[in-house]
Amino acid sequence: MSFPWAKEYQPQNGLMKFLDEKLPLPRFVYNAVGAGYPVPRNLSYFWNFGVLAGFFLVVQIVTGVVLAMHYAANTQVAFASVEHIMRDVNWGWLMRYTHANGASFFFVVVYIHIFRGLFYASYKPPREMIWLLGVVIFLLMMATAFMGYVLPWGQMSFWGAQVITGLFEAIPLVGPPLKTWLLGGFAPDNAALNRFFSLHFLLPFVILGCVILHIWALHIPGSSNPTGVEVKNESDTLPFHPYYTAKDGFGLGVALIVFMTFVFFLPNMLGHPDNYIEANPLSTPAHIVPEWYFYPFYAILRAFTFDFILPAKLWGVLAMFSAILVWFFLPWLDKSPVRSGHYRPLFRKFFWFGLIPVMAVLFYCGGAPAEEPYVMISQIATAYYFLHFLVILPIISSIERPDPLPFSITEAVLDSDKKAVLGENAEPAV
Amino acid sequence: MASTTGNAEATPEVSGGVEGEDGVRRRDFINIAAVSAAGVGGLVTLLPLVSQMAPSADVLAESTTELDISSLEVGQSIKAVFRKQPVFVRRLTQNEIDAANAVDAGSLRDPETLEERTQPGHGDVLVVMGVCTHLGCVPLGAQEGESKGEFGGYFCPCHGSHYDTAARIRKGPAPSNLVVPDYAFTSDTTIVIG
Repeated sequence: MSFPWAKEYQPQNGLMKFLDEKLPLPRFVYNAVGAGYPVPRNLSYFWNFGVLAGFFLVVQIVTGVVLAMHYAANTQVAFASVEHIMRDVNWGWLMRYTHANGASFFFVVVYIHIFRGLFYASYKPPREMIWLLGVVIFLLMMATAFMGYVLPWGQMSFWGAQVITGLFEAIPLVGPPLKTWLLGGFAPDNAALNRFFSLHFLLPFVILGCVILHIWALHIPGSSNPTGVEVKNESDTLPFHPYYTAKDGFGLGVALIVFMTFVFFLPNMLGHPDNYIEANPLSTPAHIVPEWYFYPFYAILRAFTFDFILPAKLWGVLAMFSAILVWFFLPWLDKSPVRSGHYRPLFRKFFWFGLIPVMAVLFYCGGAPAEEPYVMISQIATAYYFLHFLVILPIISSIERPDPLPFSITEAVLDSDKKAVLGENAEPAV
Repeated sequence: MASTTGNAEATPEVSGGVEGEDGVRRRDFINIAAVSAAGVGGLVTLLPLVSQMAPSADVLAESTTELDISSLEVGQSIKAVFRKQPVFVRRLTQNEIDAANAVDAGSLRDPETLEERTQPGHGDVLVVMGVCTHLGCVPLGAQEGESKGEFGGYFCPCHGSHYDTAARIRKGPAPSNLVVPDYAFTSDTTIVIG
C-alpha cells in the first residue's frame, strides 16, 4: 500500500517492460526506495539510521562471508587462523577490522534507531508491527554478535561463551542439562565452537529476512515523522528518490568517515586486549566483561545479588531478558494520544532526564568491575529502568496534557505556528 | 540514477534546480560529482574483496622446493612436491635421450627439443610438473612398474595422453608438453624449483 499520489513506475524501454511483466523487480525497488515511495517531507537526520543499520548489515554479511573463507572453526586452529587472516591473507586485516568494528557500528546505529523510536513513539499505532519486528531483529543481533565474538577463540571468547551459556543454567529444573546441550559438552569446546560458527553464519540471513519484513510493514502506513502527525495530502510528502536517497547518502558518507576512522586508526579500541590471548579453560581473566554494546544489560544481570523467593542468579537472568522483552509491550504501555516527544512536555522530561541518564549509568556500570559502589548504582538504575517503562510511562501518558499539534506536516514545516488550532488537533492523526 | 539528469518532476522548486547563465544547473553538478565519488569509492572497495581470494602470504611462501638428486640413479625417477603439485625428476638413460633426439621436433604438437627442456650441462636430468596439460591429472610413469605409455615417457590414465621420454605430448588430448618449471642447479646434485 502507498499513498494514492505515489508515482507509478513507468518502464523506460523494451527490456524493462519485459521485466516488469514477467518479474516486476524494478517496480518493487522503485516503490520501496525509489520515487514511488512518498515520505514525509520533514524527516530529520534521526531518520537516517534505519538505512545506516541496513548498510552495516550488508557490510557484516560481505566481510563475514570473506572471513569465513579463511577462518577454521576448530579449537586447535581457530586462534591461529585468525592470526593467519591478520598476517597472511591479502587485505585480511582490513576484512577482520571492518567486521569487528562493523559489529560495534551496527549496534551504535541500531541503538540510535531504537531511541529515535522511543522518543518519537514510533511504536504507536499503526506501526506496532514494525516495532515488534525491530525488537526481534535486535534480539537476533545480540545472539549473532555474541556467537561471533566466540569464534576467534581468545580468552574473552571462551569466558564469554562460558558466562553467557551459564545464564541458561539459572532456569529451574532444566537449566544445567540445557547448558550442557547448548554447548555439546560440559564447558565450551570444539562442539560449541562449531555450532556457534554455523549459527553465526546463518543468523545474519535470518536478520536480513526480518529486515525485509520490517520494511514491508513500514511501507504499509509509511514512515513516521518528527511531528508524529500523519501525512494528510501530497504536500506533506516528497518522493524517497531523489530527496531521501540524497539525504541518506550524505548521512552514509558521514557515518563512513567515522567508521573508517575506527577501522584504520583505532581498530582495537572497542575490543578487549585479553582476546589476543588464546583461550585457556583453566584461567579466567581478572576483569571479564562483554562487548561494550551489551554493557547496560550486563549491568542489569549483575544488579541482582540477593535471593528473594527465587535465587539471585535467576532474578538476574530474568531481569536481563525482561529489560528487552518489555519493549514488546511499549505500544500498549504508552497510552498517549500523541506520538512525538516534541509535543509531550512531561514525557520529554522523563525521557531526557530519566531514561537516557539511567541508560548511561547502566552502560557505565556494565563495564565497571563487579564491586561497590557499582553494584548498588546498578541496582538503583535497574529499578528505575523498569519503573520507567512499567509505571512512569503509562501514568504520564495518561495524565499529561500534550502541546497543540500542528494541523499538518506542511504547516509544521512552513513554521506557521500561529495557525495551529490550540488543543483541537491533539489527537493521533491516523 | 535518473536524478543525474535533473529533476523536472520534483515537487517543490529548489534554487539549485534553476539553470544558471552558462546553462549548467548547480544540482546537476553536485549530482554528478557525488555519484562519481561514490562510484569510484565503491569500485576501490571491490579491490580488497577480490584480492583476498588470491594466494595468501603463507601459500606464496611455500613456492620454492629444494631437491637433493645425488641418489638419483640413471633410469630412475623421483616425485617431489612443488606448490602442492607433483614434480617428476628423471635421470634419463642414453637410450631415452637418443629416442627423444631421434624425433623431428618440428613434427610435434608442441615443438621443443630435449635440449630446450633441460639445463646445459645436465642434459640427462629432466624436471617436469607431474600435471597433465589436458585436465590436470597426475600422469603415470614416474614410479617403477607404472605404465610409461606408448612412447616410454609418461602416460596419463584419465584421458589417455601419451608423453615421450622428453615428456612431450605425442598422442592423446593434451594440448602441450608437461611443463618444465623454473628451476636451477645450486650444485651438481641440488636443484631449487621455483
